Amino acid sequence: MAAPTRTPVEGDEDRARTLEQLLAAKEIAISCGAGGVGKTTAAAALGAMAATHLGGKVLVLTVDPARRLANALGLEQFGNTEIRVPDAAFAASGVEPRGELWAAMLDTKRSWDDLVRRHAPDPRTRDAILRNSLYENITGRFVQSHDYIAMERLYEIHTSGAYDLIVVDTPPTRNAIDFLEAPERMSEFFSSRLLRWLTAPSKSRVLSMASKPFYRVADTILGSQFLGDIAEFFSLFQTMAPGFVQRADAVARTLSDRRTTFLVVSTLESAPVREAEFFIAELDARGLHLGAVVLNKVLPAYLRRTATTGVARRLCADADTIAVKVADGVAPPDQVARVLHEVGESFLNYQVVAKRESEQRAEMARTPDLVATVPYFDADIHDLGGLLRLGEQIWR
Amino acid sequence: MAIEAIDLLNRRLLFVTGKGGVGKTTVAAGLGLLAAERGLRTLVCEVDAKGGLADFFEAPTTDFTPREVQPRLFAMSMDTEESLKEYLSLQLKIPLIARVGPLARTFDFIATAAPGVKEILTVGKLCWEVRERHYDLVVVDAVASGHIVGQLAAPQGINELVQVGLVRNQTGWMIDILRDPTQTGVVIVSAPEEMPVNETIELAARIDAETDVDLAAVVVNRVLPELFSRAEEEVFERLREPDRVATLSRVVDGDVGPVLDGAELAVTLRRTRAGHLTTLRERLPDDLAMLYLPYQFARTQGMRATRRIAESLGEELGF
Ligand SMILES: Nc1ncnc2c1ncn2[C@@H]1O[C@H](COP(=O)(O)OP(=O)(O)OP(=O)(O)O)[C@@H](O)[C@H]1O
Ligand SMILES: Nc1ncnc2c1ncn2[C@@H]1O[C@H](COP(=O)(O)OP(=O)(O)O)[C@@H](O)[C@H]1O
Ligand SMILES: [Mg+2]
Ligand SMILES: [Mg+2]
Repeated sequence: MAAPTRTPVEGDEDRARTLEQLLAAKEIAISCGAGGVGKTTAAAALGAMAATHLGGKVLVLTVDPARRLANALGLEQFGNTEIRVPDAAFAASGVEPRGELWAAMLDTKRSWDDLVRRHAPDPRTRDAILRNSLYENITGRFVQSHDYIAMERLYEIHTSGAYDLIVVDTPPTRNAIDFLEAPERMSEFFSSRLLRWLTAPSKSRVLSMASKPFYRVADTILGSQFLGDIAEFFSLFQTMAPGFVQRADAVARTLSDRRTTFLVVSTLESAPVREAEFFIAELDARGLHLGAVVLNKVLPAYLRRTATTGVARRLCADADTIAVKVADGVAPPDQVARVLHEVGESFLNYQVVAKRESEQRAEMARTPDLVATVPYFDADIHDLGGLLRLGEQIWR
Repeated sequence: MAIEAIDLLNRRLLFVTGKGGVGKTTVAAGLGLLAAERGLRTLVCEVDAKGGLADFFEAPTTDFTPREVQPRLFAMSMDTEESLKEYLSLQLKIPLIARVGPLARTFDFIATAAPGVKEILTVGKLCWEVRERHYDLVVVDAVASGHIVGQLAAPQGINELVQVGLVRNQTGWMIDILRDPTQTGVVIVSAPEEMPVNETIELAARIDAETDVDLAAVVVNRVLPELFSRAEEEVFERLREPDRVATLSRVVDGDVGPVLDGAELAVTLRRTRAGHLTTLRERLPDDLAMLYLPYQFARTQGMRATRRIAESLGEELGF
């Protein structure tokens, strides 16, 4: 489903869509985009805004937040279990939330262990898997396990029905769509040729090895013992297939559910914008709901004003003559001149960047009708107050 | 700084890593160009398949076969499948060359499942270029912070995991090259922002603890210019007083308000970042070489941009 185009409502003609409205309607909002653009910040800020204004129980499910962010939320630390953000943290910034804000972080290793515990057919297999030396190594790198685990946890929490809204911060993947594909890949893996071969009874594996040059080479290169270790691990792993596949399918359904929306976060630098565009196209192709684009760290509009360009140029070019006229009671004219020159020069420098940003914005292929712009804050966002200030910029 | 500088380009193999988007490819391209212009036969290899490297040299998309993009400067991109094919034909001399294609594809399955195999095909190819002395310097536009440790530690890991087999036999010489600081070094690219700084500090510690590879330098990229000295900042404050702004506007015949606001923003941004820089310096080993690259306001890609980066690196290295 493409983002719904806005249908005017009687008496409401000029009300544009807002993030407040979007989050009031959805149960899951997934914040995604390139690394460092502000996914975590946006997710936390919107979660805090929702708890403040919409009420109910709101959970921010985040991945490797900066410790600063945990502090911002007034928490000592995050854990796999959800923690309530104390009202005192809101009170410190003069806000009385209507609802509750909760936060949790993803602990990949613990989550994997939980999955194994849930799906292993019997205690013996369970322990054999958890103790297998390849287990950690393989779950750590396989089928984008981090992404899968994030989506899996989301499903788990959502079905528990404990929250009115879950705002999800996606992991810093190399490729933003990895986590969309993760559930499918997980099911695919269980029916793959690789797994079938790895888990074939070792005798027939040896036979097929002997008959196919590929296996002979694999054996020569890796050594049969190593292959044997791998095979043993996957034989154990495969016992969990039915549960895993069923679960992965359910996770995939949650992502495409009408109650789920995606927020694509980007800065207006070229690489993040390209990634955002790609991601938007992927959401479309998969029939997932694109709720909003959040453009973050955008330079202020006054930097783009062409009228000011002339002023800045004059400051640079005529710094000396201008300085003489304003230096009185300020400083020696040559020092004033240097300052004026720097001021003009700096403006022109930033203007180039601001103009490039505008062009990036204009060139962004498809955007939904809800595009929220967050200015570049000149100080770091280090407390709930900062998150709420950021949230205020885009909420209504 | 000059001593460490020479040290950097005197090595044979440099892995350029860092947080996503900080400027790994930019720095790898700049280092490569600098080295080539200083007379070294240089290979720049892009490991992450994002394909951004070619843009920095305005060259066609790179592939596994190195292409000379500037005098003495060669560019390629890593491809583990191709690397395996090359390995099979060069090392094993198996009479299977014709069938190596589909073979390699199937092998990809195994490589995904077996920990360290993909990594070793990558690191192995790079070390091999060094061992065969095909180039004076190999600069690797490596994987981001999250994966680099796994990649650098792969030969050792395989060595411990695999008891027999050719892979094991091959790891020994790779380990020798990797752990020799006169030959191999890691360059972490960072930026004076909170997250990149934190990641750099953590990565430096992990490289030290979990690999035998030497951390050669940290490149701090995107450093904003210092606008004013302390005294000048006071002058600036005075100029911001309302009646002075009015006078100034009259003199330049236009509203200077936004121009002054812009300078204020630049000063605050610079100040916030200076704090992060201090943290970075304090938390990294004292003797670690740190190079600073200015934020590029103008164009940031293409030959001109790369040349500017190379020049800045050269200055930082004391050339
Ligand atoms: N000093 C600089 N000043 C301004 N912009 C820069 C600077 N260095 C890099 N950039 C820009 O930042 C963006 C990211 O740079 P680059 O592609 O080198 O990063 P990367 O670390 O290789 O990213 P990835 O993790 O995606 O591979 C590019 O658009 C680049 O032009
Ligand atoms: N609008 C903004 N202005 C200034 N700094 C910001 C803004 N949004 C985010 N940041 C900062 O940028 C950094 C990266 O943000 P983060 O949310 O962690 O990104 P991501 O989760 O996408 O990697 C953090 O240090 C954060 O404080
Ligand atoms: Mg994040
Ligand atoms: Mg890159």
